[in-house]
Amino acid sequence: MTEIALPMPAASVMTEPGELGRFGEYGGRYVPESLVPACAAVEEAFREAWADPRFHRDLDRLLAVHAGRPTALTPAWRLSAELGVNVLLKREDLAHTGSHKINNVLGQALLAQRMGKTRILAETGAGQHGVATATAAALLGLEATIFMGEVDIERQALNVFRMKMLGAEVIPVTSGTRTLKDSTSEAMRHWVTCVDEAYYCLGSVMGPHPYPWMVREFQRVIGDEARRQCAAELTTGNPDYVVACIGGGSNAAGTFAGFADTPAQLIGVEAEGGAAIAAGKTGVLHGFRSYLLQDENGQVSEAHSIAAGLDYPGIGPEHAYLKDMGRARYVTVSDAEVIPAVHRLARTEGILPALESAHAIAWVIRAAESGELPPWSTVLVTLSGRGDKDMATLMEAS
Amino acid sequence: MTGFVAVEEHLRARRDTGRSVLVPYLTGGISENWTDYLREYARNGADAIEIGLPFSDPILDGPTIQDASDRALRRGVTVRSVLDEVAAVDVGIPLIAMTYYNLVISRPSFCAELAAAGISGLIVPDVPIDEAAPLAAAAEAAGVELTLLAAPATPTDRLAEIVGRSRGFVYAVSVMGTTGTEFAASGGRLATEVRRLTDRPVLLAFGISTHEHAVAAAESADGVVIGATLMRRILDGESPEQLGAVLAGFRKALDA
Repeated sequence: MTEIALPMPAASVMTEPGELGRFGEYGGRYVPESLVPACAAVEEAFREAWADPRFHRDLDRLLAVHAGRPTALTPAWRLSAELGVNVLLKREDLAHTGSHKINNVLGQALLAQRMGKTRILAETGAGQHGVATATAAALLGLEATIFMGEVDIERQALNVFRMKMLGAEVIPVTSGTRTLKDSTSEAMRHWVTCVDEAYYCLGSVMGPHPYPWMVREFQRVIGDEARRQCAAELTTGNPDYVVACIGGGSNAAGTFAGFADTPAQLIGVEAEGGAAIAAGKTGVLHGFRSYLLQDENGQVSEAHSIAAGLDYPGIGPEHAYLKDMGRARYVTVSDAEVIPAVHRLARTEGILPALESAHAIAWVIRAAESGELPPWSTVLVTLSGRGDKDMATLMEAS
Repeated sequence: MTGFVAVEEHLRARRDTGRSVLVPYLTGGISENWTDYLREYARNGADAIEIGLPFSDPILDGPTIQDASDRALRRGVTVRSVLDEVAAVDVGIPLIAMTYYNLVISRPSFCAELAAAGISGLIVPDVPIDEAAPLAAAAEAAGVELTLLAAPATPTDRLAEIVGRSRGFVYAVSVMGTTGTEFAASGGRLATEVRRLTDRPVLLAFGISTHEHAVAAAESADGVVIGATLMRRILDGESPEQLGAVLAGFRKALDA
């Protein structure tokens, strides 16, 4: 594949990807013909809704009264003093259900309702997106069917029970790796059989057009809020660095969207064992073209990370584009750096981050201690979720 | 090009003799002796054979063909190893590769490799018409016929575009589901609509597991593709000769 290295003016970054859903050469709609009309219907409905002030009013109200937005921007005073850089935390861990996932599902569930659908389907890995989907479905009186790999069901029994308490049906996925990759395939296979009544609520900035764009738009509330909060907090107005962890890449996309037209350096932190950008090459999976972990024969590789939410072999197509353009930088953090980062944030700030979010913290610690971050530069880190779900993993590791 | 037989020309000729076209499916590399199944299919009434190049994440396949793909991949099968074995076979009917787009783009000259191995047709279910232009150009340059899928949910104007750009035949998916699901009446309606739009052969696929399904499908289409029901038997250990007999049964039912 030829790499596109054209410099782009910042203002045109992270805009609308057009009818074909392209971010440079990435994105697209690589789905079986049976699903093309369903994807086109979602796109049409989203375009209408996103141009409709009433839809925004309804969504903003749900985000405020149900999800608890805006979430806080917390200056990490003690960690900042230790590292010699000014760290600000965007607290998505404080959103209802414990992560940024609720932003996207409230938007999509409202859209499903607007389309007259009665049921929402979703895939889930660690269960965060599944719990958020079950929550939104309960709130809006929709049925929810969640596809979850057998391996993840064992690892995340508590989240399975949460989904069931919220009235969702959880379908174990027994094919392939029995993790997020296969639960996504299975959700898409099931959607083919029920496109008339069911809406597929994808959990990240991936999948066929319009999902990567739509999910970024539903998550941009993170970046838009943080930008206003930074403007109030910082004498310089904008942070020097904007950092977020990346599995599929939705919290990062939402955060970056608020800062793409500022001079801030955008940093996406991948898990070393699921680093599609660092270790993958261009491929097509689950309806989109992007960087993808695969072997030399084109078979998709399994991702391995201590953080189940980063266990995905691909990455959202817009991140692939931002990488090629040089607008964002993508770095990796190993499992071994993550647990110390959890401990450090817990002991300095009284915040237990999710293992996923701790990847972003781990990179900031490393970059500050190595001198890569200039002294007293300002670093905004999105804390995508809280660590409650990871206590068992942390108990095993300590 | 060992055994290269153009798809559309061959299927039209078979159809014009008044017979219903029968296309069985086989997962490439499913067993050590997998090419023997190709020979038995050809000997027992197949008009073309669809060969699945196994992929780790077959989004349009149900449990049976997923299992078959997994088994082949566990044997260490690759696109290249399947093509090498196909090249050594000459069955006198068109061979059509079916696979997913990631395997296609992971090789710099995929279509030319197919043609060199004697494979004249290609089906890539995760490339709908909107994304098909680059692949269609590569296929045409290599002399490979790229067959597009039509589905019960496809609107009529889009259907016209699909049949216009499909080569070889039109692959009509009988049911909104994956391979191996139950055959449905939606298939007959789709095939009838497609046949109104084109003179190109129209084959119904998905869910055709019994002689009754095949006969019913052939009433509205020019023929059928049979996959999961054959692969179930192969996974259960039936021999090439046994599968040949199963295919002969379908042939007889269609000819009756």
